[in-house]
Amino acid sequence: MFEAILLTVITASTPLVLAALGELVTERSGVLNLGVEGMMIMGAACAFVAAQLTGSPYIGILAGILGGGIFSLLFGFLTLTLVANQVATGLALTILGLGLSGQIGEAFVGQPGIKLQPIVFPFLSDIPFFGRILFRQDLIFYVSIALVVGINWFLFRSRTGLKLRAIGDSHASAHALGINVIRTRYLAVMFGGACAGLAGAQLSLVYTPQWVENMSAGRGWIALALVVFASWRPWRILAGGYLFGAVGIGQLHAQIVAQNLGIVIPSQFLSALPYAATIVVLIIISHNRRTTLINTPASLGKPFVPDR
Amino acid sequence: MKKLIIALAASAALMGGFSTGAVAQEKKKVCFIYVGSKTDGGWTQAHDLGRQQLDKALGAKVETPFLENVPEGPDAERAIERMARSGCSLVFTTSFGFMDATVKVAAKFPDIKFEHATGFKAGPNLATYNSRFYEGRYIQGQIAAKMSKKGVAGYIASFPIPEVVMGINAFELGAKSINPNFKLKVVWANTWFDPGKEADAAKALIDQGVDILTQHTDTTAPMQVASERGILAFGQASDMIAAGPKTQLTAIVDTWGSYYIKRTQALLDGTWKSEQIWDGLKDGILTMAPYTNMPDDVKAMAEETEAKIKSGELHPFTGPINKQDGTAWLAAGEKAQDGVLLGMNFYVEGVDDKLPK
Repeated sequence: MFEAILLTVITASTPLVLAALGELVTERSGVLNLGVEGMMIMGAACAFVAAQLTGSPYIGILAGILGGGIFSLLFGFLTLTLVANQVATGLALTILGLGLSGQIGEAFVGQPGIKLQPIVFPFLSDIPFFGRILFRQDLIFYVSIALVVGINWFLFRSRTGLKLRAIGDSHASAHALGINVIRTRYLAVMFGGACAGLAGAQLSLVYTPQWVENMSAGRGWIALALVVFASWRPWRILAGGYLFGAVGIGQLHAQIVAQNLGIVIPSQFLSALPYAATIVVLIIISHNRRTTLINTPASLGKPFVPDR
Repeated sequence: MKKLIIALAASAALMGGFSTGAVAQEKKKVCFIYVGSKTDGGWTQAHDLGRQQLDKALGAKVETPFLENVPEGPDAERAIERMARSGCSLVFTTSFGFMDATVKVAAKFPDIKFEHATGFKAGPNLATYNSRFYEGRYIQGQIAAKMSKKGVAGYIASFPIPEVVMGINAFELGAKSINPNFKLKVVWANTWFDPGKEADAAKALIDQGVDILTQHTDTTAPMQVASERGILAFGQASDMIAAGPKTQLTAIVDTWGSYYIKRTQALLDGTWKSEQIWDGLKDGILTMAPYTNMPDDVKAMAEETEAKIKSGELHPFTGPINKQDGTAWLAAGEKAQDGVLLGMNFYVEGVDDKLPK
């Protein structure tokens, strides 16, 4: 049973990890995009529709990534080129995404979806427990893990990553050094959109292979909280995402186990745990000023107008 | 997107009174407030089908604008008020959680008629309407007891309100009428609408050993999980057979259309009165989806129970019934009062869960 529970936790955590990783890169470049929920639901709609039309969940994944990425360009254009307020634009992006995705998916409501099947490796997949958990997963799970490793390397070991962080910390200095702030930020925003789109694809192709309007049901907001929870560190996103997922699944099982034992655990309390944990972490990291300064991108959310 | 257009239309009407010109006055507006999306495959879809039937029947005399995805809570009041101001003559608010908001707005607009689904607070211009879903749940319980090999069913619940508690109790009573030892595991998802969470709850129940699922949440995700794991399940609010052709035993299908037509006709005739209506299987406000994926004798039993409930011969809440803690509730032959059912805040014997307070 433990194995079955773990598999459920992986399914529930993957979209959170993916969307949060994308937002992490965006925020590291100094842009705050609150439209994660909107980009995620766009990804879910595009992925589902493309998979239904072509019969291939892999084309669906591609469509989800493109859907989220292209949709985020709208945010990029408004906030980077037209220098609109990032918070307001991000919120608008969420509202627009929820409406637009409903329109895209309207004809596909109620259709049984195509589930993305796990990849089976010879021998490895048959190892008891670990093999069945780690080597019998779908492509999106492997991508999420690869992205954690890749983004960590990119941000802290590569030259381009260093430039991206420099822009996030002080766009004026980075600009003075000759780094193209706007172009880098466009790319970071699009990467965030693509990741959110992939997270959406996971929802409509793996988690619950169907399309219903509003099906992301607030997961984009959890991903946003996760970025702060992880204090802008990729590995902590992985840990935090799985913690959120595990608490969510664990509380459902706790309810049943409590019933078997005849004790009472208020389910509302358990549902609120991940959010309470975020608040506690926020208190801790803002208490220690040095870690806050090290990890928080200093120009986060500030508009940048290059002086000519 | 339609939501946006309606919102824009509503605010346009609010800002410029000119939009309610001669044409608009000829057609009365009958408005709907939905908690979910109109294509959720469950609860809200059933209401929207009712609205469409109303449109078909009386479309020459009425318009039927609607707002979907209205969250329960402070936003609901604003949404209902906006609808009221946009020139509606009759407003249907279709979720239990809209109760207090509807009461407040109804008090502000004495000339507009309001109807709130599944609530218990009425007023001079505020009627309530409800469906005896528990009749369907009793039948489901009987089927579950016949079909379950382990004698344990899983119940995905939303919020601990009387409506949901009543359904859980009716299911357990139906099951116990067949198998006195039947057990019911309840998981509270604390949401009406979240496909992922509903699926998680379904998986948790199956992993914990139930072999039949029923739900009181709005999407087809649990049905899909049951189908994937090869167990049987019941649909909720709409016929969910498409999500589980080999899984769904039956579903409680809400059929609000005839009610909406009846009440709108009363509005047009000027005979609309505030009432507290609670109709059941016999009135056609709820119907059972075809009994599928079960042997003929179980099907015959279900049909017989359905007929008995329709004729009034059988009331699911007929004593002797004990409360969960073993104390007596109804004496032999005694039937539950409607008022008690509508405020139900306790379990009957046999439910394993402890009711969240």
